[in-house]
Amino acid sequence: MADMQDPIIRIENICKTYPGGVQAVDNVSLNVDRGEFFALLGPSGCGKTTLLRMMAGFEIPTSGTLLIDGQNMADVQPNKRPVNMVFQSYAVFPHMSVAQNVGYGLKIEGRPKREIAERVQEALDLVKLGHLGGRMPDELSGGQRQRVALARALIKRPSVLLLDEPLSALDAKLREAMQIELVRLQKTVGITFVIVTHDQDEALSMANRIAVMEQGVVKQIAGPAELYESPNCRFVADFIGKINLFDGQAKANGNGKTLVETPVLGKVEFGGDANGPVSLGVRPEKVRVSREKPGGNLLAAQGPVTDIAYYGGYSKVFVDIGAKEPVLADITNAERSTGPGFENGEKLWVSWRAEDTLVLTS
Amino acid sequence: MEHWRKSAGAFWAGFLPPTLWLLAFFFVPLSLIWAFSFGEKSGIIDIDLVWTFENYARALEPLYLGIFAKSLWMATITTFICLVVGFPVAIGIVFAPPKMRMWLLLLVILPFWTNLLIRTYALIAVLRTRGHVNFALEWMWDHANSFLTLIGLGSFSLLGERFEPLEMLYNNTAVVIGLVYVGLPFMVLPLYAALDRLDRSYIEASLDLGAGHTRTFWSVVVPLALPGIASGIVITFIPTLGSFLTPDLLGGPDSQMIANVIERQFKSANHWPFGSALSFLLMYATFFGLAVRALMSRNEERGGR
Repeated sequence: MADMQDPIIRIENICKTYPGGVQAVDNVSLNVDRGEFFALLGPSGCGKTTLLRMMAGFEIPTSGTLLIDGQNMADVQPNKRPVNMVFQSYAVFPHMSVAQNVGYGLKIEGRPKREIAERVQEALDLVKLGHLGGRMPDELSGGQRQRVALARALIKRPSVLLLDEPLSALDAKLREAMQIELVRLQKTVGITFVIVTHDQDEALSMANRIAVMEQGVVKQIAGPAELYESPNCRFVADFIGKINLFDGQAKANGNGKTLVETPVLGKVEFGGDANGPVSLGVRPEKVRVSREKPGGNLLAAQGPVTDIAYYGGYSKVFVDIGAKEPVLADITNAERSTGPGFENGEKLWVSWRAEDTLVLTS
Repeated sequence: MEHWRKSAGAFWAGFLPPTLWLLAFFFVPLSLIWAFSFGEKSGIIDIDLVWTFENYARALEPLYLGIFAKSLWMATITTFICLVVGFPVAIGIVFAPPKMRMWLLLLVILPFWTNLLIRTYALIAVLRTRGHVNFALEWMWDHANSFLTLIGLGSFSLLGERFEPLEMLYNNTAVVIGLVYVGLPFMVLPLYAALDRLDRSYIEASLDLGAGHTRTFWSVVVPLALPGIASGIVITFIPTLGSFLTPDLLGGPDSQMIANVIERQFKSANHWPFGSALSFLLMYATFFGLAVRALMSRNEERGGR
């Protein structure tokens, strides 16, 4: 059997082309480690769901290999795979009670009735539905139905639990609670979770590692903090959180330094060696706003305030420094006052440290 | 949809035509037949309305009850065969590529565009002693025999001296074949509608939880398609029970169904009161079937849907 150090899922050069020529997944390779909470993140149509469905066995890869627990899945039917899935629509069987739904997988395994009853109760307790075993699905709320789907998938003790946009049908408050609960659940059962989502907050707050996909290609695989602070391309930088981007030209000077020139920020020197068109990026919470010209080694520019939006804990200040779009700065309302204290039209300085700036070459 | 209540003119304009239509062409003739069923023949075309139960008593004689039972039996077999044949067809259409689906549905509906009489005669041409099925069988017999001769077994007459055509026409089997042929679209369409509505993720969830395809079919697909199955059974069974053309043309002397008896009462036997009584008994049987269906669907709702 497979070594415990091996990744639980190993995907090598997987492609999926649908009849009609649509390339849903384009040469994807990635590993999911044991016990990990792994997220596939991307806009709709990026191939993340297709990739998940290939793990479950509902889609056949056009080429490439997929190993789960060291075993090649090429000829393994969905009902023989060591994975279970939570469907986007939950797919809780409407003609079975909650307990029958949860016990379905064990019944098929031919387990004795007593064992099924015990394990169903255990699974329902795990998702805090212990008292609702006798209900029919149409007597449950959406959140409860989802817990049933979770219990039904977990009761088989799969190697990997696959979750297809599990929170998208819930309202905002419930979604936030479920995010925390899914993480708790994953730590409790110790099963590898692979979740598909288009919601970056969901992925950042829940996953250990995230694969960001666009048009069938994996753009970057990294932990949440690395993805946010060191995105490797414009797409990831823009898709994860908010970012201010400035187009410019880079010229490597040969000794590990690069000079980037942008129309609004002038010439700035960075580490690394890039040549040609680049984008400089800075996250809004790293931008400082001041009336006086800031001193020190900062990137800075001046312009009028175009908009101020108050969000309670923080405010968004938009300053037009002559770039394509106004620079966005998130200002924490750290003191009890009526806002950031700036006015529309007021000329302000925006500034940030060079080391907080991203140089994006692609 | 509030305004038509306030405007009486609009209400009557919408309400009257269909009501008058139903009264004139459904309620009045049906009431007449109902009244006839309690009447007595008093001349060649005269019927006296004497409110007698004699016609019903006669209809419950063993002879007619036997035909009734036989009709129910034939309709049941036909409906069952339609269900068994129609389910795979409906599944095939639902899971066909979208472009193919419309063509396959068209093939199912196509027979409706041709007159039943013509289709039944066509069926006769297929089934009769010198018909297409027997031609095909004879062709196969000839070739099998030539093959046996070729391998040196020709002299033993292993397949008989000569080809014996199958007698497929003018018996109960022919009637059931004909009724299945007529009833199949009525079964396939509601099944298709039910299966088309069925969320694929239920099937996938069942597979995902370890069930094979057979298990998934019986414990997920069939229960969820139950309303469609019930509709298919009802709308196949009712017209089959009342069919008279098919048993008339394809059946033998002993394959008449209750509708043939009714037809005879209104035509050659010229006994309208008795025919009316039989008609109403057939209708009550149909109502009973519909009531069972309604009861079933109410139970489904209570069972949680």
